[in-house]
Amino acid sequence: MKRLILSRLLPTILLVLGAAAILLPFVWMLSLSVKPRDEIFSTAIHFLPSRFEWENYAFAFTQTDIPLFLWNGLVMVAGILFFQILFAVPCAYALAQRRFAGRSLLFGLVVAALLVPFHVTAIPIFLAFAKIGILNTMWALILPFVQTAFGVFLFRQFFAQIPADLFDAARVDGLGETAIVWRIAFPLALPAATAFAIFSVTAHWNDLFWPLIATTDPHLATPPRGILYFRDQESGDNVGPLMAAAVIITAPLVIAFLLAQRKFIQGIAAGGLKG
Amino acid sequence: MPEILQLRDVSRRFGATTVLDKVNITIGTGSFTALLGASGCGKSTTLRIMAGLDRPTSGDVLLAGSDVSGLSAYERNVAMVFQSYALYPHLTVAQNIALPLTMRHLSPLGRIPLLGALVPGTGSARRTITTKVEEAAAALGLDKLLDRKPGQLSGGQKQRVALGRALVRDPSLFLLDEPLSNLDARLRIRMRGEISALHRRTGKAFVYVTHDQTEAMAMADQIVVMIGGRVAQAGSPRDLYERPANRDVAAFIGHNAINFLAPGDGVDAGDAIAGIRPEDLAPDTKGALTARLETAEYLGSEIVLGLRSESGAEIRAIAPGDFDVPAPGSEVRLGYAAQKVHVFDAKTGVRLERPA
Amino acid sequence: MKLSVESRQAITDAWLVGPATLALILFIFLPVAIVAVLSFTDYQFGATSFNWNGLENYVKLFSSSIGRRAITNTLIYVAIVIPFSVGFGLLVAIGLFRMATWAPLLSNLMKTIYFLPVAATLVAMSVAWQMVLHPSLGIVNQTLLSFGMQPQNWLSDRGLVLYTLAVIGIWQSVGYNMVLFLAGLSAIPTELYDAAEVDGAGGGWSRFWTVTWPMLGPTTLFVMVVTATNAFRVFETVATMTKGGPAFASDTLVYALYREGFVYFKAGYASAITMVFFAFLLALALIQFRIVEKRVHYR
Repeated sequence: MKRLILSRLLPTILLVLGAAAILLPFVWMLSLSVKPRDEIFSTAIHFLPSRFEWENYAFAFTQTDIPLFLWNGLVMVAGILFFQILFAVPCAYALAQRRFAGRSLLFGLVVAALLVPFHVTAIPIFLAFAKIGILNTMWALILPFVQTAFGVFLFRQFFAQIPADLFDAARVDGLGETAIVWRIAFPLALPAATAFAIFSVTAHWNDLFWPLIATTDPHLATPPRGILYFRDQESGDNVGPLMAAAVIITAPLVIAFLLAQRKFIQGIAAGGLKG
Repeated sequence: MPEILQLRDVSRRFGATTVLDKVNITIGTGSFTALLGASGCGKSTTLRIMAGLDRPTSGDVLLAGSDVSGLSAYERNVAMVFQSYALYPHLTVAQNIALPLTMRHLSPLGRIPLLGALVPGTGSARRTITTKVEEAAAALGLDKLLDRKPGQLSGGQKQRVALGRALVRDPSLFLLDEPLSNLDARLRIRMRGEISALHRRTGKAFVYVTHDQTEAMAMADQIVVMIGGRVAQAGSPRDLYERPANRDVAAFIGHNAINFLAPGDGVDAGDAIAGIRPEDLAPDTKGALTARLETAEYLGSEIVLGLRSESGAEIRAIAPGDFDVPAPGSEVRLGYAAQKVHVFDAKTGVRLERPA
Repeated sequence: MKLSVESRQAITDAWLVGPATLALILFIFLPVAIVAVLSFTDYQFGATSFNWNGLENYVKLFSSSIGRRAITNTLIYVAIVIPFSVGFGLLVAIGLFRMATWAPLLSNLMKTIYFLPVAATLVAMSVAWQMVLHPSLGIVNQTLLSFGMQPQNWLSDRGLVLYTLAVIGIWQSVGYNMVLFLAGLSAIPTELYDAAEVDGAGGGWSRFWTVTWPMLGPTTLFVMVVTATNAFRVFETVATMTKGGPAFASDTLVYALYREGFVYFKAGYASAITMVFFAFLLALALIQFRIVEKRVHYR
């Protein structure tokens, strides 16, 4: 009995305490987001408000640009993902299944590019975008990320496992190489594509660094950039709606994560390994 | 018989390694040709060159008399069946079989799901395709499986779908790359029959790559034996069995491995090597050859004897099933008919014709 | 005219790999080259010309108190986050892995909770953390007060702020490391535990030291490097909560590069910061490659 307590009860208690610590900011955020103003500014500790103040959410949705930020975020991540897939999949297919001059060189470039964090390229890209005058446009948010060495790498590893016979069969059946890419290779790579999409969408939805640099127009703000505009405007005064906004911005990914945990963990874990 | 396909002096090199060396093969219209050889002999490369999936480094490929070196696999209108079946895992059986037709008969716009229906002519083309797919499926007994994905099929069923995909296009030539090697023995024999039936029904030329000489002998009317990137011999199964052009072909063809006896082993062939198939060598009290019995494998209808000659060479012979096997170590006399002895040059291995 | 097979193939290849290759060159390799060159100049955004100034930017970064601050802060931050994030990640993974044998549902629920910060938008969560750590309204100080302890200015006390950020960094990354360790744990063949039991090493601790730890060794190294790589990039929390302050007490490399480059427009100096940051990450990547190589031998 004593052993069971030691081996089960104690670790469980510690794990639950840890989980509580992890949840603390989430719970506090939710709690503040539904608290009336006077209770937010009271010093007594209450997680549950005396009455739910849904007005905070109504305010965030109607009196602020949060819906616009969400829309901007959606357009940006969709645009980025679209171009990433469009560019990476054919390249990965060629790297995995075709023989051409410079193939190993190109693969070497892809691996080398994996080592370059985005922060490193920010200054020259900012310079160039300023020069051609596309700063403060949606394109400025999307273009730097249309390349994805990681995507090419991930899809290449996937395509390399598909027997070459399958692509030969498609050639005999009359498919051109482009048709093979989109009608055969890509549908087969859907598991890899899902993992990649989760990685890409999470990374760019959550990114603050580049939106902070590339846009100064609040109408182009993505959710993380936008919530900072909101916070700085209200100068810490409107806590309830601010927390409601934080909840709204966090919700899409968290809900998606709760619905598709396994895929999410795979996608994000795979993405992190790129270093 | 006019020829449908001809390889003329075809060589294929990958970097420094020569995979095919001046290969000449002629495929007759409506014939069934087996490309036979051990793995790595170049038979699959030959097939891929015929298909247009690979290109010769030098030499010509003629399809129905005209040079097709510049044509892609699709433009040659050949059908190919792959060892791994190469079914598209994300498509149903019906879609797998229909794909070559879709590519052929629908415009790029018409292929787009839903939207394609608006393109003129798409509807009737789709109906034709459906009919053809159903015909091919019925011919192969696949009618009940049309909505399944390849992952839900057994090996034999996958093989049939692969055949169906080849059959549906009405190609000029069927190319089959070891199509039965992933099936179990019983299924293999059954599918052998079905492929032969398919060949008779379509009347088209089949080229069939295999490493299994039994398969080649059973199905083909022409066997091309390939060894080390060269054609060692091409001919009817009977030619190859009765008159192998060299030692290697003799060793490759035949259910039981042929005995090679050097001068002094007891068969008179001068300075040459004598080859006698075990089935042509039987215990005979008046036989000319003497050897010591080492093993005996009883197989019911026959007994395979393992013996050793006085000079130490291994000899295998086949005795009838009712042969009274003496104790191991006993001397056994073996007899053979002189015309069953193949003679090969000791140095080059080339067949030597003995004056009759 | 019909093109030869070879040229048709070459065109196909170019069509397939061209766009991605061009994008790689345009958005990775060219910028890396430019940033390296800029780091030896005094270029300012918007200026029409620049001068070469040799290593001056680097000297400034390593000798000025602000530059040194950014570097040491980043190293301290990384040095705190690695052991705690990896250690907690390992403990949680082992705990949940065991719990899965007798309470799989609870174990899964906990796994979800621990991973939540990884999926959540860090900027929004930083805004929430600001409220948690609010000097008067935050739950942390309220709790301290109710126990009669001294409330702290978690984000505006020079001595505390970096540690506060590190704690948030740990909070954010434990779940990620847990997932990596869980993968490592499930890859340990159960026969090894059976063998340990037969050999008399079946109890909790000896089990851990004879089987789990040696088998997780390579994973742990790997997780440490990944954690370090991510910790080096700390930016969102700094930009949201402290802007490097107070008085540069929470300034980090990436934030300094942002501030110098895009707030003060000193492109040359910011490029030098970028290169130093890049050098740290390349060193880590090198270690990571070596570990991955070792890991392959290990199997």
